Amino acid sequence: MTDDTSGASSPLILSRRALVGSLAIASGGLLSGCDVLNANQGWRDTLRLAETGNMVVQRALLGRDGLAREYSPRDIGRSVPSNGTRSPSDAEYVAQASTGFADWTLAIDGLVEKPTRFALGQIRAMPRQTQITRHDCVEGWSAIGKWSGVNLGYLLDRVKVRDSARYLVFHCADTLRSGPYYESIDMIDARHPQSMMAWALNDELLPIGNGAPLRLRVERQLGYKHAKYVRRIEAVADYRLVYGGGGGYWEDSAGYEWYAGI
Amino acid sequence: MIAPMNQPPQPMPIAADAANDTDSHAADTAHSPPHTHGATTRIWHWVNLVALVVLFMSGLMIFNAHPDLYWGEAGNRDEPSWLAIGNANEQGYLRIGGLEVETTGVLGRYRNDEGSFSNRAIPPWATIPSDYSLADARRWHFFFAWIFAFGLLFFMVLSLINGHVRKAIAMRGRQWHPRVLWRTVVDHARLKFHTEAGEVYNPLQKLSYIAVIFVALPLMIITGLAMSPGVDAALHWPSMLFGGRQSARSIHFISAFALFGFLIMHVALVLIHKPLTLLRGMTIGGGK
Repeated sequence: MTDDTSGASSPLILSRRALVGSLAIASGGLLSGCDVLNANQGWRDTLRLAETGNMVVQRALLGRDGLAREYSPRDIGRSVPSNGTRSPSDAEYVAQASTGFADWTLAIDGLVEKPTRFALGQIRAMPRQTQITRHDCVEGWSAIGKWSGVNLGYLLDRVKVRDSARYLVFHCADTLRSGPYYESIDMIDARHPQSMMAWALNDELLPIGNGAPLRLRVERQLGYKHAKYVRRIEAVADYRLVYGGGGGYWEDSAGYEWYAGI
Repeated sequence: MIAPMNQPPQPMPIAADAANDTDSHAADTAHSPPHTHGATTRIWHWVNLVALVVLFMSGLMIFNAHPDLYWGEAGNRDEPSWLAIGNANEQGYLRIGGLEVETTGVLGRYRNDEGSFSNRAIPPWATIPSDYSLADARRWHFFFAWIFAFGLLFFMVLSLINGHVRKAIAMRGRQWHPRVLWRTVVDHARLKFHTEAGEVYNPLQKLSYIAVIFVALPLMIITGLAMSPGVDAALHWPSMLFGGRQSARSIHFISAFALFGFLIMHVALVLIHKPLTLLRGMTIGGGK
């Protein structure tokens, strides 16, 4: 018998029904309301105000040179998983990979006094910086790895970045669904002591999945800022004037925030 | 069983609300609310409810991006997770430790509106937005996180200053006695809600409000901050406090569900007890 004849429990059952019913109605109403709001530009702009707040507060807390935590060799994990492009299919990249990136170059140009094209061998011969840091993906996972490469500020000094340069745009060799991958950071992160162009992971040359032969490490931000397969760094006055204007592939195509400190 | 449940408990005037109780109208006396909440409590209660519901549902959408939880500093698809929602062989599953249950239709795999199968971990009816959008969910989450964090700070500070914590929420010495606690638990289980004269809440209510306001809610903020690479670079202690970023993420998730459990219990007890009177006490204030 599902029909409960005991008077004592009926108010409770009613209450339960009322509870479940009202939760379902509340959830349904709330959701459609939220989806309507989510499509409203004014509301979206309001939500974004918080992101500006995040950047202002984080920058105030961090200062220019606040360091991301570094770990000991025993903290290094099984892998640093590859996300986004795992193996570029672009013809030029495939050709470069087949020769072990022997002819890979990194151009640094834009608002610099001495635009330069560095050979990969030159970059690997530059003063080496090594750090064991945690890679935090926007999706929620993390991986600890040992990155080696050349300090980004060192490269910027070599090409003499002009004062008018406010941002660096990293042009990559991989093309995703809606275009080439790229990213941008401001000069605060560009000059941060831990920012580097990495060419080795865990004491081996960078694997293709992790961005061979050269990738950016910008340790205080999420993984999508760490451009892989970098072949050109362009110093610009405003990242809003390049590509889609969002300052990065995922910023343009998926609406990710340009500042990825959270 | 029903009669005592529906009887109004003795009115319990407390200093801050004495005025309300003394000049209540006759009609109000019959349904006199057990306690008229102060304006601060009432405003915060509803603002906080909206913020927490949005945070919970947008958080579930964010979880969809990587529906696995780990302990320690790092954790990813190449490391063992202690909780996972996913699908395999056209079946949805929830795995906690070594225990796996099939959840097709609810978690991991279900039919969507078009009738085809969707393999998302958390179904659309539970997430904000209902579509898969990590970017949008993060915007909702971080916007309401500010409202939640400042609201909580405001309420905590004000409640400590104006004596609300001391007068209504703080446990009296005798209330810690195991026999008193046990009796309250038994009374609750029998749906007999009883508050001592001169008290606003019984010991079980007090303990749950203390746990929510001073433990679970602050925990959400600290574990949330611990996950931010920017905050982690500036302040190492939040993530180190929990044993690493992934532990903080796990605790964020557990604490969120503990709060969801509290919400369900809280609403259920209000509905079972005296829904309209209690609702009035938490909205327009009642009494006047």
